[in-house]
Amino acid sequence: MSAFVGKYADELVKNAKYIATPGKGILAADESTGTIGKRLASINVENIEANRQALRQLLFTSPNALQYLSGVILFEETLYQTTTDGKPFVELLQENNVIPGIKVDKGVVELAATDGETTTQGFDSLGARCQKYYKAGARFAKWRAVLKIGPNEPSQLSIQQNAQGLARYAIICQENGLVPIVEPEILTDGAHDIAKCAAVTETVLAAVYKALNDHHVLLEATLLKPNMVTPGSDSPKVTPEVIAEYTVQALRRTVPAAVPGIVFLSGGQSEEEATLNLNAMNKLEVLKPWTLSFSFGRALQQSTLKTWGGKKENVGKAQESFLGRCKANSDATLGKYVGGSGTGLASESLYVKDYKY
Amino acid sequence: MSSFKSKYQDELIANAAYIGTPGKGILAADESTGTIGKRLASINVENVESNRRALRELLFTTPGAFECLSGVILFEETLYQKTASGKPFVELLKEGGVLPGIKVDKGTVELAGTNGETTTQGLDGLGQRCQKYYEAGARFAKWRAVLKIGPNEPSELAIHENAYGLARYAVICQETGLVPIVEPEILVDGPHDINKCAEVTERVLAACYKALNDHHVLLEGTLLKPNMVTPGSESPKVTSEVIAKYTVTALQRTVPAAVPAIVFLSGGQSEEEATLNLNAMNKFQGKKPWSLSFSFGRALQQSTLKAWSGKDENIKKAQDAFIVRCKANSHATLGTYKGDATLAEGASESLHVKDYKY
Repeated sequence: MSAFVGKYADELVKNAKYIATPGKGILAADESTGTIGKRLASINVENIEANRQALRQLLFTSPNALQYLSGVILFEETLYQTTTDGKPFVELLQENNVIPGIKVDKGVVELAATDGETTTQGFDSLGARCQKYYKAGARFAKWRAVLKIGPNEPSQLSIQQNAQGLARYAIICQENGLVPIVEPEILTDGAHDIAKCAAVTETVLAAVYKALNDHHVLLEATLLKPNMVTPGSDSPKVTPEVIAEYTVQALRRTVPAAVPGIVFLSGGQSEEEATLNLNAMNKLEVLKPWTLSFSFGRALQQSTLKTWGGKKENVGKAQESFLGRCKANSDATLGKYVGGSGTGLASESLYVKDYKY
Repeated sequence: MSSFKSKYQDELIANAAYIGTPGKGILAADESTGTIGKRLASINVENVESNRRALRELLFTTPGAFECLSGVILFEETLYQKTASGKPFVELLKEGGVLPGIKVDKGTVELAGTNGETTTQGLDGLGQRCQKYYEAGARFAKWRAVLKIGPNEPSELAIHENAYGLARYAVICQETGLVPIVEPEILVDGPHDINKCAEVTERVLAACYKALNDHHVLLEGTLLKPNMVTPGSESPKVTSEVIAKYTVTALQRTVPAAVPAIVFLSGGQSEEEATLNLNAMNKFQGKKPWSLSFSFGRALQQSTLKAWSGKDENIKKAQDAFIVRCKANSHATLGTYKGDATLAEGASESLHVKDYKY
């Protein structure tokens, strides 16, 4: 085969397929220390290890929530944390058939002479780090590439750099037993319409899959984490059905059937928007050779965070909120979501202009 | 969209989808004058226009054949020919629910500095020619790119040139209302094993689809005509099931779901081999978001040609042989071929010609 088939091939294919199980999705809980700090700040909670641990414990011990998750992406610190009873988070997840994943990129840096376009770092000793994470129980990884739409963006340079970076990261993961989630996020910022977003998404995804092929990545052992195709943030909104149509069309034109699952990022969408859009995609009557699911961060945690407010006495209620979003998104992967889950918090836009992770 | 918006968009999508109708496929009857000459010579028939016309009439008037065909690829001369009673072939096809197609490439030329690798010509004035063909009734086109497997082949240059040639041809076709069949044939010649063929096929197809995306081609309005993934001609044979698995896997890894149908070329396979392999692919359990069908030349016509041998009194015999292959392949697109086709003389005969020049 053109693809690299190393000693982990069977395991990788099996894990990728499991993550793509209909009815399940991914909780992206891999906020770096800096980023989680902003979240905690928004609810007036101090950014110390104990609080970061408490938040993740709240999520991972939510009764009945884990059944809706096939994977959780963790930040390195969290991979080695335990519950207050001393049980490693990784064990807790594994016991509940949730595969632990790990964010392995080291953020973005600007590409000189572009208009604020970026490439992603993290290659140094990546292989060795992946091995370490595998030993700690991780079985998939995530690397976020970022592109933007503008008068001259994304540039050929940005597309090439980010696509090649994702491909290099992906093959290193596969060499070391981790299923790579390939994430080429095209930011929603801008006044462009949905057709423009579609054109850019198709161009970027085509470049990504060419790069993956060039680097001999085994597609059956990868997942894709793309943006949905939507109008720009400064453009009038459209219905979930329209978003579904444009998104699925873009994916049908670029993502080979060998990829087992596509797990969308939520970008700046509110919890409810993200769920409704995912649901519309799964209801769309057109042939989709990959499952369509979620890998949500803010869109799974926002109302939970607010309900918690950092207070022990709110944990139960916060966990109920979290369960509500998990179930809603699980239904959405099956096209069965009937809307209106959760409180008004669920409709709050999570858009932050020029969002930096 | 990333693809350009042709005024023929809806028609292109409808025609491409129609060609992929389960139970149907394409008869590749687009042999150039030179090539058909070789076929006629093999049955001691003179290569004159009336004989070329007679052969095609034999095929197109075979009772029941059109039910198994969604399209026929023609050479330019044939596009303007008629039956003996004066009906234009194009009309005959259309009345039978068969889309006429047209070969638009002008053959291959060698790439300097390579070991016999080639690129395909035919882009000059292609737009005008396509318009002319559309007016004459053609609704799809075909352009054959050729690659080979060797110690240093296919080279990056050959892959790039052929992929981008196919993409340029494809978008010009779509601008003028013709569904482009994208044909990146990797020759079977060589002692390589099936793994090597798979690796090369995946690389070539990935390059093709990147090129098509770069050129803004509307994938829903195209068809793919690839080689099946097989061992090289000098390598031991494998079963149809193995060929099916390697072929479908290669396609799953490279061909987007937006492409409605994949119509295989038969290369040097015998009529029966080609049918059995196609059948195995349609029985194979795995994700196949495009239909899998045939675009066969030799593998549909070989025994028909032999049965005819240029004689009027053999027409019925020849047509009987032709309908057998049509039905067999129609079944194969549904995975229901039982291998019970009456094996005419020549059906199992390998059609491999080393370093085959069209």
